[in-house]
Amino acid sequence: MKILKKVAAAAIAASLAFTLCACSSSGGNAKEGSVYWLNFKPEIAAQVKKAAQSFTEQTGISCTVKTAASGEYEQTLTSEMAKDNAPTLFNVNGPVGLKNWQDYCYDLTESELYENLSDKSLALKGSDGAVYGVPNTVEAYGIIYNNAIMNKYFSSEKKKTKYSSVSEINNFTALEEVVEDMTAMKDYLGIKGVFANTSMSAGNQWRWQTHLANMPFYYEFKQENPQQSTVLTGLKSAQVKFSYADSFKNIFDLYINNSTTQPKLLGSKSVDDSMAEFALGQCAMVQNGNWAWGQISGVKGNTVKKEDVAFMPIYTGIEGEESQGICIGTENYFAVNNSADEDDIAATMEFLNWLFNSETGKKYVVNEFGFIAPFKTFSEKESPADPLAKSALDWMNREGVSSVEWTFACFPSETFKDDFGGALLKYVQGQSDWDSVVKAVKDSWAKQYKLVNG
Amino acid sequence: MQKSLKKYFPVFALPTVAAFCVSFLIPFVMGLYLSFCKFTTIKKVSFVGIKNFVAIFADEGFLNALWFTVKFTVVSVITINVLAFVLAYILTRGLKGTNLFRTTFFTPNLIGGIVLGYIWQIIINGVLKYFDVTITYSAKYGFWGLVILMNWQLIGYMMIIYIAGIQNIPKDLIDSAAVDGAGRLKTLTNVTIPMVMPSVTICLFLTLTNSFKLFDQNYALTDGAPNGETQMLALNIFKSFYNTSGSKGTGQAKAVIFFLIVGVIAFIQLVATRNKEVEN
Repeated sequence: MKILKKVAAAAIAASLAFTLCACSSSGGNAKEGSVYWLNFKPEIAAQVKKAAQSFTEQTGISCTVKTAASGEYEQTLTSEMAKDNAPTLFNVNGPVGLKNWQDYCYDLTESELYENLSDKSLALKGSDGAVYGVPNTVEAYGIIYNNAIMNKYFSSEKKKTKYSSVSEINNFTALEEVVEDMTAMKDYLGIKGVFANTSMSAGNQWRWQTHLANMPFYYEFKQENPQQSTVLTGLKSAQVKFSYADSFKNIFDLYINNSTTQPKLLGSKSVDDSMAEFALGQCAMVQNGNWAWGQISGVKGNTVKKEDVAFMPIYTGIEGEESQGICIGTENYFAVNNSADEDDIAATMEFLNWLFNSETGKKYVVNEFGFIAPFKTFSEKESPADPLAKSALDWMNREGVSSVEWTFACFPSETFKDDFGGALLKYVQGQSDWDSVVKAVKDSWAKQYKLVNG
Repeated sequence: MQKSLKKYFPVFALPTVAAFCVSFLIPFVMGLYLSFCKFTTIKKVSFVGIKNFVAIFADEGFLNALWFTVKFTVVSVITINVLAFVLAYILTRGLKGTNLFRTTFFTPNLIGGIVLGYIWQIIINGVLKYFDVTITYSAKYGFWGLVILMNWQLIGYMMIIYIAGIQNIPKDLIDSAAVDGAGRLKTLTNVTIPMVMPSVTICLFLTLTNSFKLFDQNYALTDGAPNGETQMLALNIFKSFYNTSGSKGTGQAKAVIFFLIVGVIAFIQLVATRNKEVEN
């Protein structure tokens, strides 16, 4: 009798526990499922692992993380998705990536994650209007400068320009004057060049064929349709005029002619080289984004002080650019695998909510990942402490300044970017003139658009 | 004996046949099918007919890559085999330190292609620095860089095969040639070369297919720069597979054509050189 009672009690307790967790999520049972996150950012691989561990400790749901090597995400994702144990949580890099993966994305329209997004327009929507990707961070890029070197210039008596601080540089003409004067004084300033090298080796051209290329296309698509997001306009453009090619040339020429490295040798330089030059104080400026702080501070013997580092917009000589800010956007969208088990999907949702809602999760996001998280659940205090993220937030909130969208999300394919980069490489090596760059860009866009859109 | 062989044949052959099926035959057949499909992962595919094959020939990148590959293959097959044979010939003369030299020449073959590619990129860029350019400056540099790299890597291996071939020539043949009054050159052209034809077959086959299928070295050394002009077929296939969304099917179709080309060339070569082999 006693035994029977015990058994009954245990059974009741068990069923109670079961109903309790069953309530916590709709559809599948999160406790039964597991999370498999294929992480996109190799620079935070260790931190992501730690977060997954602490999630498992707190909830008992198992969570595996795998990080794809730099530049290998698409390959890794393709092979992982074909397996039986496919990732439940993966990264889509924007509308072009979504085209490839939409059939595999779970509809997130009803999710808490989307609900908490501070600006709903940031979400990645499919052609059917449903939400398939939610950004996990907002990133910014522009020209990073070292204020210590800039101030040395501005306080020098030998300078020939009228400017006396970085804040007075608010268009291309000013930037050009200052940079060229600085180049003339580079021995005095103790630098090898004003800009870090324009890295052009294979796999290291994205700062130019993607990020810098953003500027002319942002203005082109904005001119075409000022009401609409430039990304949407771009996605529908079968052809481009590249009408702001000259402004691209302005800034690109400024980069390569005032660089630490002479143009013909740029073909062997990498982004790491650039960031090292900046960290060691061999140059005053470098074009990159807030993710680069880890790289700068990680260089051995670096001389750059935290408080001296900040962003400046990329001025290219376009009318009215005095009110232009830095480039703000993202290419990191979380997507959930719709062909995963219901339990696994529930577990993944649970994980996402934990990451962006719970105190522990948020701490990881802000302090360890260094994400500027675009969610309502994050207070103003909960933002990363590194100087570039701070500078980015400062630019985002500045009055009278409008940020530049990440228009490059609409570039038709990686091959387009490679073609653009290849043309630039020939140009810097002096083997072709600027017109052939313009032609290559236009041709490649038309061709790739046709390939991708059939 | 015969009977028990027959009886146990399946037992002994099964593991290999199974492995061959799983890792080669099945993927191959699937690959053939996929070349007629549009797909992102092989779990969800839709049949599109010959559209993928049509798309290939609209893509001048593929034809350029094909032409570059052919040029590269011709040059490297000739240089590798000639140099390997010369080395093998010298190192079977009984010179001092022969073993040391053989080992040294063979070592590069033990290093992986990707690593070699990056190492040679540094070396070549280091040299070209004196001329204020880099390997990406012109397709010519990339081409010769690849040829040098492949020579450096494969000569040692081919040399070993030639050495084995030369050592297998019966001594009496050489002796009788000498008795007949043949000089060194005559012996080489009329005795040694015909007798090592089996090695030539193998070496030609290996260098031909290796050069044609080259990927790692190409990827690491130039990655197709400048402007895809030094892109070989395998790299071109890889890039259309991953770099343009929705063109995985086209990449797969390219791979099928690639297979056919390599297959046909290798077959022709085997038949042609087999005919020249002398029965011992």
